[in-house]
Amino acid sequence: IEKMGRNKKDIRNLVSNLPYEGLGKTKQPNRYFPGNAIKTTKYTLLLFIPMNLFEQFHRLANIYFVCLAILNFVPVVNAFQPEVALIPICVILSLAALKAAWEDFRRYRSDRKLNNTPCFIYSRFTKSRWKDVRVGDFVKVVCNEIVPADLLLLHSSDPSGVCHIETSNLDGETNLKQRRAMSGICISDPEFKPESFNTVVVCEKPNNNLNHFKCYVEKPDKDKVGTGIESLLLRGCKMRNTHHAVGFVVYAGHETKSMLNNNAPRYKRSKLERKLNTDVIFCVILLLSMCLVGALGHFLWLQALPSGPPYLVPDSNGHLDSPSLSGFYMFFTMIILLQILIPISLYVSIELVKIGQIYFITNDIDLHDDETDRRVQCKTLNITEDLGQIEYVFSDKTGTLTENKMVFRRCSIMGTEYPHKENVKCSTFEHALTNSLYIIYILYVSTCFGGFAAIRLAVLGEPESGEDVIPDRKLLQQISRAGNCSGSQEIDPYLDFFLGLAICNTVAVSMATAQRQRVNANSVSLPHIFTSWQRKPKRSRSILEDLVVEEDHFNPPVKKEDFEDTTGLQMCSLHAPSDTNSDNLSYEAESPDEAALVYAAKAYGFTLLNRTPDSVTLRLPSGEDLVFEVLDTLTFDSNRKRMSVLVRHPITREYVLYTKGADYAIMELLVKTEIPWQKNIAAGTQHHLDCYAKDGLRTLCFTKKVVSYKEYESWSVNRQRALAAIDHREELVMDTAVQLETGLSLLGATGIEDRLQESVPDTIVALREAGIQVWVLTGDKPETAVNIGYACRLLEEEDLVINMSCKNKLVCTSILDCTLEEVRRYSEDPRNVDTTQGISLVIDGCTLTMALSSDLQDRFVDLAKRCRSVLCCRVTPLQKSRVVKMVREKLKVMTLAVGDGANDVSMIQAADIGIGLSGQEGMQAVMASDFAISRFKHLNKLILVHGHWCYTRLANMIIYFFYKNVAYVNLLFWYQFFCGFSGTTMIDYWLMIFFNLFFTSVPPIMFGIMDRDVSAEMLLGVPELYRMGQGEYTFSTFWVSMLDAFYQSLVCFFIPYLAYQDSDIDVFTFGTPLNTISLFTIILHLSIEIKAWTVVHWVIMLGSVALYFIVTLVYSAICVSCNPPSNPYWILQSQMADPMFYLLCIITTVVALMPRYY
Amino acid sequence: MVKQEQELANRPDNTAFTQQRLPAWQPMLSAGIVIPGFVIIGLAFIGIGVALFITSKNIQVMEMDYTGFEPDSDCFKCSNPEEKNCVCQLDFNISSRFEGPVFFYYGLSNYFQNYRRYGVSKDDAQLSGDLDNFKSPSDTCSPYDTDGIKPIVPCGSIANSMFNDTFLLYREVNGTNELVPLDGKGIAWWTDYNVKYRNPNVTPLKEAFEGTVKPLFWPRPAYELDTSDPNNNGFINQDFLVWMRRAALPDFRKLYRRIAQGDYARGLPAGNYSLKIAYNYPVLSFQGRKKVVFSNVSWMGGRNDFLGIAYLVIGSMCVFMSIVMLIVYAKFKFPEED
Repeated sequence: IEKMGRNKKDIRNLVSNLPYEGLGKTKQPNRYFPGNAIKTTKYTLLLFIPMNLFEQFHRLANIYFVCLAILNFVPVVNAFQPEVALIPICVILSLAALKAAWEDFRRYRSDRKLNNTPCFIYSRFTKSRWKDVRVGDFVKVVCNEIVPADLLLLHSSDPSGVCHIETSNLDGETNLKQRRAMSGICISDPEFKPESFNTVVVCEKPNNNLNHFKCYVEKPDKDKVGTGIESLLLRGCKMRNTHHAVGFVVYAGHETKSMLNNNAPRYKRSKLERKLNTDVIFCVILLLSMCLVGALGHFLWLQALPSGPPYLVPDSNGHLDSPSLSGFYMFFTMIILLQILIPISLYVSIELVKIGQIYFITNDIDLHDDETDRRVQCKTLNITEDLGQIEYVFSDKTGTLTENKMVFRRCSIMGTEYPHKENVKCSTFEHALTNSLYIIYILYVSTCFGGFAAIRLAVLGEPESGEDVIPDRKLLQQISRAGNCSGSQEIDPYLDFFLGLAICNTVAVSMATAQRQRVNANSVSLPHIFTSWQRKPKRSRSILEDLVVEEDHFNPPVKKEDFEDTTGLQMCSLHAPSDTNSDNLSYEAESPDEAALVYAAKAYGFTLLNRTPDSVTLRLPSGEDLVFEVLDTLTFDSNRKRMSVLVRHPITREYVLYTKGADYAIMELLVKTEIPWQKNIAAGTQHHLDCYAKDGLRTLCFTKKVVSYKEYESWSVNRQRALAAIDHREELVMDTAVQLETGLSLLGATGIEDRLQESVPDTIVALREAGIQVWVLTGDKPETAVNIGYACRLLEEEDLVINMSCKNKLVCTSILDCTLEEVRRYSEDPRNVDTTQGISLVIDGCTLTMALSSDLQDRFVDLAKRCRSVLCCRVTPLQKSRVVKMVREKLKVMTLAVGDGANDVSMIQAADIGIGLSGQEGMQAVMASDFAISRFKHLNKLILVHGHWCYTRLANMIIYFFYKNVAYVNLLFWYQFFCGFSGTTMIDYWLMIFFNLFFTSVPPIMFGIMDRDVSAEMLLGVPELYRMGQGEYTFSTFWVSMLDAFYQSLVCFFIPYLAYQDSDIDVFTFGTPLNTISLFTIILHLSIEIKAWTVVHWVIMLGSVALYFIVTLVYSAICVSCNPPSNPYWILQSQMADPMFYLLCIITTVVALMPRYY
Repeated sequence: MVKQEQELANRPDNTAFTQQRLPAWQPMLSAGIVIPGFVIIGLAFIGIGVALFITSKNIQVMEMDYTGFEPDSDCFKCSNPEEKNCVCQLDFNISSRFEGPVFFYYGLSNYFQNYRRYGVSKDDAQLSGDLDNFKSPSDTCSPYDTDGIKPIVPCGSIANSMFNDTFLLYREVNGTNELVPLDGKGIAWWTDYNVKYRNPNVTPLKEAFEGTVKPLFWPRPAYELDTSDPNNNGFINQDFLVWMRRAALPDFRKLYRRIAQGDYARGLPAGNYSLKIAYNYPVLSFQGRKKVVFSNVSWMGGRNDFLGIAYLVIGSMCVFMSIVMLIVYAKFKFPEED
């Protein structure tokens, strides 16, 4: 077995550990596989320091600073105290190391907790822990327990071999997923016997795909049984609704799928940071040129001296270095002296500021969704300021712009349209009036239903829930007629349509009121449910009763219409199933469309009661329960765009295949027929489908196919072979599905409405006003997309909409050229300058593919650039990401992609900023995103307010940092002109370091976190401010601030110089007022920049000044000769006793800051 | 509604801080504040400027160069470095009383006491009286740490290059020259004299210097710096302390003596004076100049017109700006108030 495993690269063979129990470690068959103990810590205790340092030196800036520190130790540069130069870099490195250590310790603690979680392993009957689990063990998991490793499910307490898991720990999806035990592998009746497991499990190498697993079990008789993800319990999942289950460990510890998915947070470099790096390079150039000036100056100064003056210190041999050599050495001394020009604390400060900014973003109550109780999540920590730079937004439609809560709206059966007017009215009504009035309407309608309907209303607490399908009167009559004659052999297509609706899906059924945590849902007492149900509607009615009156008052026509409808509704209430049992059901679907369809079927009396892998139980309107044997489920995939369920009809014993899917995926598979009425059905349905799409409904076609026994038999063999295959399994399985899905006969089509999320139009309008181009990329049909486009004001009524849809490249090219020409002419036309009319482009996936080809790309981008909005329909996930990438690269713009589903992941990753919407479609998008929000409208505040703030704050802070360092360092530079360019400092070295590290570092950080240049209300109210805020940090602003820094340093140096000229002032007495003046100038400069002063601002600004004086006073009181050659002793004290000091500080600060005020 | 509260456990705190709604003061620069503000600041600055300017103008300063590079100057012969123990005399006349107390400075120009390596060249431990450092001075003093065999005390370039011209001031009274008493006490920083520089606790002081040599440039060892006052010797010699406090700029003056004793406490009366200079310090090597300065001081220190003028200029600018703004404000009723 071992050999085989090694020969075949991509698979591994596992056997049970039980026969080897008690043998030595070298005898264990699975000893090569890692155990289940996990270690996510990065460092070990011993190697922490070297490893962490190694990590930190990946950052170029750190290396630079260390090099500088080392340069201090080179004797020729004459650094006074090389050790002191190590302080800043040490402080910064140790701060970062502390942070890393703390994070690592937390990881260590969580690892330890996880590793010591108890679990039950067969054979080691003692209470085991997670870390004891090994590959090849049998682990028993009981209800509500977390699965300790990836288990191949072998046995479940459920007689049908099914167990339910909740994967919210992995992907955040809260719906229950079914897993099926592999059957016939070992004896499991009535008690599971692991000893009987004598087979080899062959599975693929560990990978991180959570939704995919390939494996087969080889029995001793060489019989192979294949299985996939449907039998795998993933580590980290929670067992639900199943008493217990037993699995065979296939992957343990770090090889489990969930651990392989645990990626470190992504590191993205923001645009500002990239710009910053170029500016750092400018600073380096500036530094080098200043050093060159110093070196040259020193050389010239020495050259001009006639002979050795007493103040030149010769070396130990009594010789003086030649001027050129001294000048050369001086270059390095100058680097040491002026090194703070490159702000060492800038990088640390930026990190701190970003932490603060993220704190405020995640704590924004406006970005919290009360419904799901989710905050905005920042997954990538260092691109907050990019939110303020967005120029293009790419949005998914379904689930992003819309609720992704599907409501069944209309259907067409056998070519006849059933418009479900009542439902439609609900929606139009809602669009017209507010939400609360809508509830009134429902309540109003439901009163006609009597008591039961009122109870049902309680379920409808949220009107969008999709469960409220009000049946169409005509259709109900049709069904009841068909139901009456259901005894006859021929099954009515109407019944078939609803059977398809109810059967052809993967919806799981659970009791609505039963809590998931309970093992046995039946144990919940019914009376209790009743009382709680009855209370709710009563209250809501009492609240709403007066509102109803109000509504009557101002909208009487609506009311009248309602009365007319109630007659029909009254009728349907007769048909509604009236026992609470079926009403308690709740459906958990992977896609909301499916749930909507099942609810629709239920409204017509076709209630899905139960679903197991092998059977579907259905209640017919007649009250009769039917159990369909499910022979196979051909699951949905994005290539086929359809799914099918093969069942055996319990009465007719026919094999029936129900298929549903996108219209274009179905229509070509229909059985070719010459019979006109059948043709008419297809044509009529297609017509209806087009109408639905125009109304913005999502469409699905339903078909049926009766499969003969022989056909089934032969197909089934192929199918089994495909399922057991380990190579190319997907393709094979898909091929078998395609084989069967032919010659379908059309039953009908459905239109499902997906409502827009609240405030979507407002958000889109605001984004557009902010100068952001909004593109919508959707997989829907163009008609649906355009409709939604109008609804969400992406397209305006007066807009010029260019519709591009062509079949071949030649046409595409010419259309593109023509349109481009037209658009150019249009925009140049002087008549159109003042009009609000914009150009919008609607393009479909097929045309998009051609437009994205390399030769047409430029033209397409040019066209798209001129359009106010672009709508791409029927695009695949890959196309989405290609569009984003193309715009990003061709136009050199900042892009943001927002989406909610797995199909948006590639787009989210392609954009500069990916935003995931934690909606109905699971968490894949969120996991791939940089920021996760819960509603589309949150984008508004996130971008317009937080984006603007984060960007302006950080940009201003960075500019300020550069300014601060240049202004300060230049003081030293100017002094060089008066000390023979010898690299003397007139400020105490320690105070210089403190100045940057403590006295002037906190205010800019606070500024970067808390400044509000414009209030949030203003930013939301005037989105144009967003665009204006984008130019905050440019080349010119950087240089303006540099010039300002030069000016200020000149003032700060030369005013004291002129005031003390020709006096008996000594070096450090001269430096102290300079230092103080610099502090005042730098702090006051910041206070000019601060737009809004809060308490925190005052405390920190005044605190910094106070800290300077306290520290300097204390330092000059205790440092008698602690830091030669500087001589700070009692200098500040004596200065502060001199009125000249204050007069000097005032005038210099005022002169330095004067230009800033104008 | 208890249930709802539980559900929203994840809801952020609705405090002014976390929601960034802390009450904030936004500095609004409206004309109503700016114009009066400028006027007040301008007037205050003009006031300070006038006070500074008048004070500075009232300070009397008399400077006399005695470098002697020019052949017609009195000290020309002494400027030759070959000349040893040269004395030259500077005669001058004070036309009106020089108000006291008069400070007597010597000044050097083009002398870079702030030169980087010069500044380090001393041993603070030695200067604070640590006898260990007498025997082995710190490396920082190199090459002025030993004369090859014996350690130099005080070591280092600063001490070695100590200014050693001496001055005697005579006043012509009734045809005879009367010596003007010069007070050398308390001319150094109090902290230098009392805290930073200390002689070793050895009496007599000479014994402490056993086994050391005087700095090469010095005529006498440190314990004999002041022959007239035994307490003014060693490291706490006032002239030494003044020299050791390095000047910030290459053109500087250092306090030499004060004229505050006896008849001269009220200043130097008008008359003829002569200054006898023991010219020892060579400045030719760096093209420096030497001068003596007599000056009286005020609360703002020595004479410096610059600060007063700066205040006056800035003050007038503020007033001028406010007038301009007032005109602009009057012309456009509603200037950029937002």
